[in-house]
This record gives sequence, structure tokens and C-alpha cells, in this order.
Amino acid sequence: MVDATRLADTETATSIREDVRAGRRSAVEVCGRYLDRIAESAGRWNALTAVFRDEALSRAAEIDGNRKDWSDRPLLGVPITIKDVICTRGQLTTAASRILAGFRPPYDATVATRLTEAGAVVVGKTNCDEFAMGSSTEHSAYGPSRNPWDPDRTPGGSSGGAAAAVAAGLAPVAIGSDTGGSIRQPAAFCGIVGLKPTYGRVSRYGLLAFASSLDQIGPLTRTVGDAARVLGVLAGWDPRDATSVDAPVEDYTAALTGDATGVRVGVPRDLIESGDAGIDNDVLAAYRQALDALKTAGAILVDVELPHAEFAVPVYYLVAPAEASSNLARYDGVRYGARANGEEDDGNGGGSPISTMYDRTRDVGFGAEVKRRIMLGTYALSAGYYDAYYRRAQRVRSLIRRDYDVAFDPAGGTGVDVVAMPTTPSPAFRLGEHLQDPLAMYLGDVFTVSANLTGLPAMSIPAGFTAQGLPVGLQLVGRAFDEVTLLRVGHAHERSVGWSRRPPGIAADS
Amino acid sequence: MSDRLTRADVERIAALAHLDLTPAEIDLFTPQLADILEYAERLQGVDVSGADDAWHPGGADCPRRPDTVRQSLARDEMLANAPDGTTAGGSGTGGFFRVPRVLG
Repeated sequence: MVDATRLADTETATSIREDVRAGRRSAVEVCGRYLDRIAESAGRWNALTAVFRDEALSRAAEIDGNRKDWSDRPLLGVPITIKDVICTRGQLTTAASRILAGFRPPYDATVATRLTEAGAVVVGKTNCDEFAMGSSTEHSAYGPSRNPWDPDRTPGGSSGGAAAAVAAGLAPVAIGSDTGGSIRQPAAFCGIVGLKPTYGRVSRYGLLAFASSLDQIGPLTRTVGDAARVLGVLAGWDPRDATSVDAPVEDYTAALTGDATGVRVGVPRDLIESGDAGIDNDVLAAYRQALDALKTAGAILVDVELPHAEFAVPVYYLVAPAEASSNLARYDGVRYGARANGEEDDGNGGGSPISTMYDRTRDVGFGAEVKRRIMLGTYALSAGYYDAYYRRAQRVRSLIRRDYDVAFDPAGGTGVDVVAMPTTPSPAFRLGEHLQDPLAMYLGDVFTVSANLTGLPAMSIPAGFTAQGLPVGLQLVGRAFDEVTLLRVGHAHERSVGWSRRPPGIAADS
Repeated sequence: MSDRLTRADVERIAALAHLDLTPAEIDLFTPQLADILEYAERLQGVDVSGADDAWHPGGADCPRRPDTVRQSLARDEMLANAPDGTTAGGSGTGGFFRVPRVLG
């Protein structure tokens, strides 16, 4: 058994916090070293969209000055990055979109406030697909991020910059958002841990909304222990987000016993082995190995059926764009961001000058993928099509959740505690591979979108490598608000396999 | 269920969505959106009888907060992000978002 927290080159948020707390290293020293790594790697991964060197160092100095008084803060001196779709006061936040060029939010997202209060130091913003719409970070106004395991491949998306930053050692913790797999899929592609908490577990106040019934904020980290630590900071009710839930926040790190004895792990064989999922042989082999590791850690494997899960992709690609088309109506060139000149009507639309300004601003400001989704969502909600598309998708969505409720139900169901499946059907694909075929890109989300449609918590953890040396992720889906079990099982798996988390060519941390 | 999406459909949706798409974009999006909608046709075969169409992961509860007066964000700070905002001047003028003519 290998303890992942003791792998020589795996510096974690937990180890940094203990060092800073004990005075072994100063927060300025830690922060400075990560800032140097970011500067040295400039242009290599395109992981960050903004770096806050001076602000970060001055905050680190403040932490050093208050080290003794703040010794109970769970992320004391830990450098973190925040995805470019989450507002930080006065700091460039653009959702990787031209339409928000130059936007500096007048307020902090609740997660940013909570992280800062916990002693974390925000070192920069990370690249992503525009408005978090995409699975490759290629749909970014800043250009694509690259995968530290193979720079010709995508780090995944939409939180691709976040995953690349953690994998390349530019930060031990990155905060992302997940609407259809945007934390878990990049975590899988980059060989790290990514957690999407239960819908309502973490406040979305200050998250630029993509699909409001699906969006959730969560951490990308190197270890399950760090994911637990960061979730403890992010979680909790927020009066500013009406969808956040006032449920007790458990002690997530205390749940990490390293033992999964008696935990019932559901295996949805039909879904994984169906031809529709198009699963890669190496991914399937890694998945089977991961199941064996869970068994070794004491888990009981149970077959489960999720008969509607195969419809998750078409449901998701109607519901998410429908909500996006509504949420993105606010970007009209009036209150923030860029505006295209609309003073002169070109005679095309026959509209008024303001209407022409709206239409041109949105065409010039949004990229192709965002426009495709706005179009798709507008169509699914339009008169004559609403019942056939949006309403039907919502109905099937409730059936997908019902399947999980049955699987989790001890009376009459299979009574499993978590469901395990590969995070993605394939390892990281090449940049440009799916760019001309959006549907092919969407099909890769087959295993991740269900957790958003159902609101259930889900986590991707490293599960080995393909023959080519690309990381594979194992996804665990849990009961609503039962992140404790999810983290406990993930941690037990991590302890039993102890994968090295350093891509080739990336220097050791310490 | 429906015929394959046409160029005219795409133009109609673009107008609804306030997107001034170029002819090249319409050429690109028409087959792409048609493929996606065709793929989504598989939902038509699912038995949805008795399935809730208003299900939401947040549940039905929506807690209310007390209706108390609080400080809003500062006006000039909000206007500072506008492409054409005028912050309040010393004379008491300004404090607006400026937009092109509304009536054609």
C-alpha cells in the first residue's frame, strides 16, 4: 500500500498548510515559488488567463504576519487558481469570451470570499471554454490550453486551464465549475482529482451562469484529501444563492479513513459495455483494474441498471442550451463588455439602431460554440418545438434521476452507496480532433452529464494510464449530499494504488 | 418527428436569439444543428408517461430571506464596466448607460 500523500513529488494543499502553520516555510516563499513556475511556463500550457503576482505576494505577506492568529485556517498559505467564469473583485473575469473583454467584477463570488477567509492565496484565473461551453478548452478567446501529459492533446474542458495548472504544478488547487463534466473530464484527462459537489452544496453567487439547474462549483486537486479539505471551505448555505441548501457541512477530511470495507459500489455494466458509449479498450481495462482495487480495499461490487442513462447526452444537449440561451440574453453590449457599432442599420434586419447593435455585438462577441448552443436552446424553447424538445428532455431527465434513486435504495433497489464508471470513454483527444464535428465532441460527455442532470455529487480520480501513457479517470457518483462516502471510497482507492501524479518533464515540487 | 432543419429555420432562430449571423455561419451551423437535433430524436422513443416535466435538482423548497433594506453595489462602479456608461459628474448629470436610438 502506498500513501499518496507521501509520494515524494506530490506537494499538496495539506502539506503546504502544515508547513506554513508550523513556520517551516513562509507563505511568501511558497507563493513566490508557484508564481515563478507560472512565469517560467508562460505560453507552454496556456493554462492561465491572468496572473495576480503583486496582489498574491502581498496577501501572502499578510498571512505570514498573522500566522499564529490564523493557525486554524484550513488553507493557510495555499496558492490557488480560480476559473475565469468566477468573479473576483476588480480582477479581470471574462468567461474566456470576447463579449466580456475588460470586465472587472465589482464584487467577489462567495467561493472566492470563503477561500480567502480560509487563508488561500489567489494567484490567477484559469483558461476555459467560452462561458464553460465545451469539452476541450479550444472554444476560448485566449486560445486552447494544452495537456501537460502531451501538449498536442487537449487538457479537456471546460475547466481545462484549471486541470492543466494542477497537473503541471502551477498550483496545488484549482477552483472550477461543472455543468456537464467540466471539472471531472479535465481532471480525468490530466491525471488529477476533480469533484463536483451535490447541486446546492456550494454557492454559485458570482459564477457567470451557463445552465442554472446544472452548474456547480468544485475543486481540482492532486489528492482526494485535498479535495475534501477544499470542499469543507467551499460548502455551506449562502443567503445570496437561493439554490444553495442549508444542510450541515460535515467534516470531510475526518471521513478519509483509507478503508472502504462494506461499501457497496454499483457497476452499470450495460451502460459501459453498450456500443453507444464507444469506450476505448485501454479505458475499459483501467476501469476493471480500478474496480479490483476497490474490491481489495474492502468494497462490495454490485451490478446496477441505469436504463435511461444512455439518453443523458441528448437530454443534456437540449436542457443545457435552453438554459444557456436564456442566461446569455444579458450579454447585449449595454451594461458590460464589448459593443459592436450599431448606429447604422445595414438594412438586413430592418431593426432599430439599438436592435442592430444587440445583434452585431452578440455575433461578434460570442464564439462559434456559444452561438451554436444559443441557437439550439432557442430552437428547443421556441413555439411549436417546446413540447417535443425541452419538455420531453425534462421528463427523461427525471427518469434518469429515478434510476439512480432505485440503485441507491436499500429497500427494493440495489442499495449501493456509490456508482462507479469511467469518467470518459476515451483518454485526452488531440487538439482539433473534434473541432469540426460538435456532435462527436458531445458524445464524449456520456458518463459525466448524468450527475448534473440529477444533481448528484460525482468525483473523478486517477485510475491509471493507457498504453500510450495518457491518464484515465474513474468516476464515482454518490447519493445527494453524501460527499463523505464519495470521498472515503475515492481515498481508499487512492491509497491502494498510489499513482504518480507527475507528467513527464514536469519538475518535482520540492 | 420533424423534417431536417433548413437554412430558413436557422435564420429564423438567429433572429429570435438576437444573433446577426454571417452567411458563412449559417452555412456552417445548418448541418451541425440538424445533426444534433437528429441525434436528439432518440428521446421520442422513450416512454415518459407519468414522468415529471418540472423536476429540478434543487427540489421545490426555496427559502425566503427577511425583506430588509441593504446597501446595493455602488452605481459608478457598475457603470465603469459599461461600453458607454457615464458616471455621475459634479453637476449631478450622468449616471446612465448610453445606448443607440431605440426607435428606428
